[in-house]
Amino acid sequence: MSGDLIHLCVNGQSVAVPEGANVVAAVAQVTTRFRRSVHGEPRAPLCGMGVCFECRVRVDGHANLRACMTPVREGMQVQTDD
Amino acid sequence: MTERYDVLVVGAGPAGLAAAQAAASHGRRVGVIDAQARPGGQVWRHDIAKPPTRAAQAAIAAIDHVELLAGHTVIASEGHTLRTESAHGAHDLEYSALILATGARELLLPFPGWTLPGVTGAGGLQALVKQGWPITGKRVIVAGSGPLLLAAADSLRTHGAQLLGIHEQAPARTMAAFTAQLWRWPERAMQALGLRARLASVPYRFGSHVRAAFGRETLEAVEIVGPHGVQRVACDHLAVGYGLVPDTGLARLLGCALQDGAVHPGVRVDSFGRTSVTHVFAAGEACGIGGLAVARIEGAIAGHAAAGDDASATALLRRRTRARRFSGLLARSFALVPHLHALATPQTTVCRCEDVPLGALDDFSDTRAARLASRCGMGACQGRICGSALAELGRFMPAGSGRPPLFPARLDSLAASAGDLSVTADC
Ligand SMILES: Cc1cc2nc3c(=O)[nH]c(=O)nc-3n(C[C@H](O)[C@H](O)[C@H](O)COP(=O)(O)OP(=O)(O)OC[C@H]3O[C@@H](n4cnc5c(N)ncnc54)[C@H](O)[C@@H]3O)c2cc1C
Ligand code: FES
Repeated sequence: MSGDLIHLCVNGQSVAVPEGANVVAAVAQVTTRFRRSVHGEPRAPLCGMGVCFECRVRVDGHANLRACMTPVREGMQVQTDD
Repeated sequence: MTERYDVLVVGAGPAGLAAAQAAASHGRRVGVIDAQARPGGQVWRHDIAKPPTRAAQAAIAAIDHVELLAGHTVIASEGHTLRTESAHGAHDLEYSALILATGARELLLPFPGWTLPGVTGAGGLQALVKQGWPITGKRVIVAGSGPLLLAAADSLRTHGAQLLGIHEQAPARTMAAFTAQLWRWPERAMQALGLRARLASVPYRFGSHVRAAFGRETLEAVEIVGPHGVQRVACDHLAVGYGLVPDTGLARLLGCALQDGAVHPGVRVDSFGRTSVTHVFAAGEACGIGGLAVARIEGAIAGHAAAGDDASATALLRRRTRARRFSGLLARSFALVPHLHALATPQTTVCRCEDVPLGALDDFSDTRAARLASRCGMGACQGRICGSALAELGRFMPAGSGRPPLFPARLDSLAASAGDLSVTADC
């Protein structure tokens, strides 16, 4: 609700999302694909609540973080699993 | 270092917040743990575009003086100590009494195309838009079953989605019977009327379900089967959920017995919320799907009982019985029609973590053998999605070994240096 925007870098692209958003919102601005399955299929968030692990991304070097459980912070570097 | 609490509550949804408030009112040291960054649970999830409801604000303000461990996931347990993991590492928390208010998750059933980006749960997409997921102007179909479809659609509408339709699998006559009963719960009736009024311009179809989703890299269209035949509809998002199932992962890890005979059993409790394990209580949707009112009353009952005040707990029992009666009506009214069990073909992926098709499980009758041979349920979600789906299809017992770690954890969180927790990282 507060008007403040947080700036992140997703796959090398700069994006801004409202304060209080989760990383999932920033990634969705850049790509529909969050990861590839073991057989290479595109995958994206399913449950929105930390259960399915389909939204796993790399954040500031930490692999396999659930984007739907990770609040945004200024300057975060996010990489989807291509 | 181990922190000690008189009463420790897992879950900061309506049940956990009520439990913490009740226990703290007796002067106990209370801690509330939640994996989410903010309190509120599912129904009161923080919405970046909307202020919290008055009820949510009040419930959160009421635990001002209680220690809130937000962003902490419980991953293991030993004796009277829970181990949590947060962004800052592992923590050991000891309790005299423990209250499990771990809530529920959506039942998501496999069907051709359900792994495409753009297909989410119904409450799932609602949760995502509250987190800031861009939905303005997107064409959305809401489908599945239960009152959550309307609540989710209402949130999506508020955030600017273009709602093409809500498809409830329950037949029209069952829904008519449900509506005819609603007057017995005036608050529920008012809530339903309000939702229907706000969604008046969106078609709400009964006896209707999505049978397949299509697209290359992302969702492009869905096929809907209804009383008047099959329809193909172009859309950007499909939000589909078949109701809720209790989250009993932590309860099972602690050895708490579950209800007998249910396909998706909740934690077995007595009227005070006592589980089969001494000093461990449970409340809210972890004990069976009942919604907000049930969660709040059961939370308060368990909070009083855990603090040793049986009289205050007893005073709430009548309200609980009445609220739980509504759960019974919901379960009967939104029971899934049998043909939903046949949506997945042998080629349809059932385990999304390991890409296991349903047909790969055909030759097995026992869960363990099937899991080992196919890797079904062995991935990151630890069988949370496919386990509930397979239980619904009548194929296996719900997956999830009930062994630690409860969620995939960092190895340093599992190393038993801080205490004497014995955990295994091999599941
Ligand atoms: C996605 C979704 C959306 C929903 N939306 C609505 C809605 O709009 N309106 C409505 O009336 N109902 C909604 N519901 C139904 C909702 O479940 C209940 O109304 C209500 O939230 C139940 O309260 P509760 O306190 O029992 O559980 P919850 O509110 O689900 O709270 C449980 C909490 O426990 C935490 N938790 C669980 N396991 C752990 C662990 N191991 N470690 C740490 N924390 C843990 C979770 O993070 C969660 O915050 C929704 C349900 C879901 C699944
Ligand atoms: S969307 Fe399911 S874990 Fe994030």
